[in-house]
Amino acid sequence: MNAHADHRADFETIASLIADGAKVLDLGCGDGSLLKYLKQTRKAWGYGVEIADEKVLACTKNGVNVIQTDLETGLSGFESGSFDYVILSQTLQAMKHTEVIMREMLRVAKQAIVTFPNFGYWRHRMQVISGHMPVSPNLPYQWYNTPNIHLCTLQDFEAFCATLNVRILQRIVMHRGQQISLMPNLLGSLAVYRVEQLS
Amino acid sequence: MPQTARFEQPLRLRSGAVLARYELVYETYGQLNAGKNNAVLVCHALSGDHHVAGYYSEQDKRPGWWDNMIGPGKPIDTERFFVIGVNNLGGCHGSTGPASIDPATNKPYGASFPVVTVDDWIETQAQLADYLGIRQFAAVVGGSLGGMQALQWSITYPERIRHALVIAAAPKLTAQNIAFNDVARQAIITDPDFHGGNYYAHGVTPKRGLRLARMLGHITYLSDDVMGSKFGRLLRSGAFQFNYEVEFEIESYLRYQGDKFAESFDANTYLLMTKALDYFDPTHHQEEASLTLALKPAVAGFLVVAFTTDWRFAPERSREIVKALLDNERNVTYAEITSSHGHDAFLMPDPHYHELVRAYMGRIEQGGAA
Repeated sequence: MNAHADHRADFETIASLIADGAKVLDLGCGDGSLLKYLKQTRKAWGYGVEIADEKVLACTKNGVNVIQTDLETGLSGFESGSFDYVILSQTLQAMKHTEVIMREMLRVAKQAIVTFPNFGYWRHRMQVISGHMPVSPNLPYQWYNTPNIHLCTLQDFEAFCATLNVRILQRIVMHRGQQISLMPNLLGSLAVYRVEQLS
Repeated sequence: MPQTARFEQPLRLRSGAVLARYELVYETYGQLNAGKNNAVLVCHALSGDHHVAGYYSEQDKRPGWWDNMIGPGKPIDTERFFVIGVNNLGGCHGSTGPASIDPATNKPYGASFPVVTVDDWIETQAQLADYLGIRQFAAVVGGSLGGMQALQWSITYPERIRHALVIAAAPKLTAQNIAFNDVARQAIITDPDFHGGNYYAHGVTPKRGLRLARMLGHITYLSDDVMGSKFGRLLRSGAFQFNYEVEFEIESYLRYQGDKFAESFDANTYLLMTKALDYFDPTHHQEEASLTLALKPAVAGFLVVAFTTDWRFAPERSREIVKALLDNERNVTYAEITSSHGHDAFLMPDPHYHELVRAYMGRIEQGGAA
């Protein structure tokens, strides 16, 4: 995972995208620290979704509401339009059913916040050119043990949104906790999008 | 040690029947704090009672029925919480039930003991809370039928419970569940020693029927997997005997369980408990009323726990409860525990399950209100 400071910057960025007092669903919520952070900084509240036993336990210890469910089976336990925001933080690239989860997210929430490691980051490109699969702080795995099966670049993700009739409301591209505005698809290692479904 | 609370006010039951007076046997563990806000009520399932933890004496073979969960330093820590176990109305472990003497006739109630419901239990448990000076429980906890009581508590007396731990439960029984219960009841009722429920006067008990009922129940509390791994097709003597005596280990196990239960449990109470299960439905049997609507009054925080191989009250049933709580924007944590033990898993020691309950209980203490 990211270093603590990067994680923090990630949280701050997400917090900057949501309204105060928002109702939030955090998919793949880990130990619940993002929800806890959003509660403290934004008075947001809501639920986390996790599949791993130890993370469900960690959320419980953290005082965060968590629902143990496999995201790959969809979000049928959640009512349509019942959240202000649904967050999928650095999990999209590890999902088997990418389209299904995107549609489900925008069914249950008015807006989705999606963050993922940018495969188009220049160091990743360099590693591919030099003949290797990228390994970096944002992609810390070897090809044979990575959970990341659906990696994409900013351009790929934006094209994907277009095919789903999903509108991009906001995009923040980061590297090591700093926002990148110049050539983001090359210089940014982490992408944060706020999107909504067009009818 | 068990204590008895006597209630002299007439109690009107859901069925319309009235009990002129009744008694509840209960047991407490730990200390009620000065703020009286650390009380935890533990509701029992079909065959449980007030003795939830600990041993009465060194000669005791077995501790209370949830001893792995409740006690000093355990997930429900009696060094922090004041835990109350109570034998439900209609039970056969000391509280007023079918085997108790009806003051009107000076004979056991038998068949004349009214059918009671989960709602009635909540009412009587609330009276016990009043009797003990407890305005609000830190938590109401239960597994299976006990979980249903915890759920109903949150609806009937929302302001009187801060948290509900609803474990291996369901929002209501399915037709299959009711079917199992009715076979169990028929086994008892058709036993020649049943005498229409008034067997006490005849000096007999419908042991054969109760034994069958328990054997059937027991099958549904285990998973196919655990039965397979525990007993498989093992033969006691190693070879077929070509008769109908006990041959397979599973037969031996079930018969032993059935016999033991039939010796110690009252058949009328078994009938009554299964009926309370069948009737339980927070929507009160109104087709159009949803569980979401029924749970609207609840304000407690919830821990809902299900077990992967529980087919009697499957995880899908717990998820119905969770969905209704989500719809009402309640604080809820849902955990699905991987276990091979079927419905019985809620009574088994499992490190993750116990850690989870411990963590949730820890949060209650820290957080106070939900």
